[in-house]
Amino acid sequence: MSMGNAPMGGAAQAQDKQDQQLAMSTRKGRFAGLGTWWNNLERWQQWLVLSVVALLVFLLPMINPPLITTEPGYDFPTACFDMARFALAALGLNVVVGQAGLLDLGYVGFFAVGCYVAALWTSPDSSLVHIPYLWTLPLAMVVTVFFGIMLGIPTLRLRGDYLAIVTLGFGEIIRILATIIPALKGNSGFQNIGHPPGGSKSDPWFSPENLTPWYWLTVAIIIVIMLLLGNLERSRVGRAWIAIREDEDAAETMGVPTFKFKLWAFAMGAAIGGLSGAIFAGGIGYVNNQKFDVPTSMLFLAAVVLGGTGNKFGAVLGGAIVSYIPNRFLSLADQKYLIFGIILVILMIFRPQGLLGARNHLLAAIGRLRSWVGSAPSGTATEAATGATSISLRKEEDK
Amino acid sequence: MPADTWVSFDFTALHDQFWSATFDGLTFGAIYALVALGYTLVYGVLNLINFAHSEVFITGAYAVVFTLSWLGFGASPPNLSTVAIIGDLVLACLAAMAAAAIVALIIERVAYKPLRDRGAPRLVFLITAIGMSFVIQYAIFWWRGANKEEAVIMFQAKPVFDIFGAIITSDQVIIVTAAVVMMVAVDQFIRRTRLGRGIRAVAQDPDTATLMGVNKERIIMTTFVIGGVLAGAGALFYIMKIPSGAVYNGGFILGIKAFTAAVLGGIGNIRGALLGGLLLGVIGNYGQVLLGRSDWTDVVCFVVLVLVLMVRPEGILGSNLAKVRA
Repeated sequence: MSMGNAPMGGAAQAQDKQDQQLAMSTRKGRFAGLGTWWNNLERWQQWLVLSVVALLVFLLPMINPPLITTEPGYDFPTACFDMARFALAALGLNVVVGQAGLLDLGYVGFFAVGCYVAALWTSPDSSLVHIPYLWTLPLAMVVTVFFGIMLGIPTLRLRGDYLAIVTLGFGEIIRILATIIPALKGNSGFQNIGHPPGGSKSDPWFSPENLTPWYWLTVAIIIVIMLLLGNLERSRVGRAWIAIREDEDAAETMGVPTFKFKLWAFAMGAAIGGLSGAIFAGGIGYVNNQKFDVPTSMLFLAAVVLGGTGNKFGAVLGGAIVSYIPNRFLSLADQKYLIFGIILVILMIFRPQGLLGARNHLLAAIGRLRSWVGSAPSGTATEAATGATSISLRKEEDK
Repeated sequence: MPADTWVSFDFTALHDQFWSATFDGLTFGAIYALVALGYTLVYGVLNLINFAHSEVFITGAYAVVFTLSWLGFGASPPNLSTVAIIGDLVLACLAAMAAAAIVALIIERVAYKPLRDRGAPRLVFLITAIGMSFVIQYAIFWWRGANKEEAVIMFQAKPVFDIFGAIITSDQVIIVTAAVVMMVAVDQFIRRTRLGRGIRAVAQDPDTATLMGVNKERIIMTTFVIGGVLAGAGALFYIMKIPSGAVYNGGFILGIKAFTAAVLGGIGNIRGALLGGLLLGVIGNYGQVLLGRSDWTDVVCFVVLVLVLMVRPEGILGSNLAKVRA
C-alpha cells in the first residue's frame, strides 16, 4: 500500500488516483490468480475442492509429508494436534476480534476455564463428581459462556484500548486464581484427565501417547464450528458484528443493539475458547497453572492477525502456522514470542489485513459499487459517492 | 472442600499494620505514578495507550542494575560516604533515564510513526504496540535469560520518623519526595514552557496546531522522551525497593498497575496520574494485608480498574491534557 506516500490534502483527483491504486493493490499480489479462480467457481465446485482439502487435512498425520514433518525433533501427530487446537482457539478469538472488532487480550482465560472444567470433572485428582469426558465439552462451553457474560456485562461498555486492558486483567486474574485457590491445585495440577470412549481399557484409542485420534476429533469439531460460524456470519448477527466493527456509533444510531451483539460475540468466542481448552486438557492429559500466561493470549492474537482478522479460514491457517513454526524449527522455539512479536509489527505496518484478508461479501459489494461508480462520468454527485465509498474501502483494507 | 478457605479477610492484620501499609503503599504508589505519566502523556497527545511502555520501564531497570553493578554495588550495600552514594545513584538514574528514553523513542519511530503516516485504525496501533512490547521483552529474554538479575542493594534504609507507630525509612522518604518533585516539575513544564504549550496544543487539536506552526512530530517525540525519562526514574526507585526486580517480563504487571493508576486519576491528566498512583499503591497494599497474600495485590488492582472504568471512566480528576490551562 502506498497511501502514506501520496500527497496529503491534494485535490479530489489525487484522492481518486490513490483510491484506484488501492483498489488495484487489493487485486494484485502473488495469489491474486488463485483468488480470482476461487471466486469464479460455482458453489458446488467450491465444496468439492474444500472436501478434498478437508480429506488431506484429516490424513495429514498419516501422510507425514517429508518437508512439512516435524520429526525427528518433534512427534508429528502431536504437532498436528497442537496445530488443530491452536486453530480452534484462533477461530474462537476471531469471532471476538475479527468479526465484532473487540480486542480481547484475556482469551487465554477462557481457554484456562475450559481446561479446568475438563480436569475437575474427569481427573481422579479431583473430588468432584466424575462425568464421561465427552460431556465435559458442552459443559466447558456452558461454563465459559457464563464467564464470558460475567466478564462482558461490566466491561463491554468500554471501547478499544480500555477493553483490551480490562480483558488482559481478566486473563491474569484467572491465572492468579488458579494459583491461589487450593481446589485448582496450582502447580501440581491434575493428572489422568479423561478421554473419549473407545478401545480397550489398557489400549484406548484416545490417549496422550498417540494424538492422531485427538487430531481427527479436533479437526472434525473445527469443520462443524466453521460451518456454524459461516451461517452466523451471513445472518443478522454477523451483519451486526461487522457494523459494530466498522463503526460502533453509526451502528448504534442505525438501531443495532450494539451491547447485545457484542455480548453475543463475547459469549461465542468464549464458548469456542472453552471447547479448545477442554480438548487440550484431554489431549495432553494433565493441567496445571503454567500454561495460561499472557504471552499465550498474545500468540492467539498473533494467530488471528497473521491469518487475516475477520476471516475464519485465515484464523485457522494462522493458528496452525503459529503453533507449527516453533515445533518445526525447534532451534527457534525459544524465540517464538520474539518472532511473533516482530511478525505482528511488520504485518500491521505493511499488511494489516493479514495473509488472507477479510472475506466480507457486504464490503466486497461496496467495493464493486465503488468501481461501478468510479467508471461513471465524473460529476459532483459521483465525487461525493466515491469519497464515501473510498472510506469504506480503506477500512476493509486496514482490517 | 477447602474452597472456602482460599479467601479470608484478616481485619486485625489490617488494623495493626494500617499505617505501615499506608506508607509502604505510598512508596509504591509514587513509582506507579512516575510510570503512569508515560501512559498519560502519550494518551493525551496521541489518544492511544502505549502498550509497550512497560518495556520502557523494564529497560530502565536493567540500566540501573548494570550501572550499579559496574560501579561495584552488589548483594550487600557498599561502604561508601553519603556523597559518593548519592553520586552513584544520580549516575544510575541518568543511565536509566537515557536508556528508557531511547527505547521509548525507538518504539515511537518503529511502531507508531509508520501507522500514523498510513492513517491506520486504532486497533492496528494497539496490536503493533503489543507486538513491540513482545519484541523488547523477548529480546531481553534472549539476551539475559529467564532469571532475575542479581540483586543490587543501594544503601541500608534507616528509620527516619515514627508516625502512629509505623516506622518510615529513609528510602521511602527519598522515593516519595523525589517522585513528587519530578511530577511537579513535569506539570510546571507542561503548563509554563513553550514546548509544554506545544504539547497542550497538539493534545487539543493536532491539525490546527500544525497549521499554527507547531512541529507535531517533534512534540510527539518529546512526550515519548519525557515518559521514558520518568519511567527511568521510576525504575531506579523500583530497584531500590525490590533489588532483584530486573527480569525480562517484570515490566508487565507494573505497567498494568501504572496504567490503572493513570485511568484512576484520569488518563491524560498529569496531576491525576500522581493522585491515581498514590491511591492505587495504598489500595493495593491494603488488599494485600487484608487478604494476606501478595498475589492478591494484582487481583485487587484489576478489580479497582474495572470498578473505576464502570463508575467513572474519565477518572477521579477527569479532565485531560487538552484542557490544561497555564
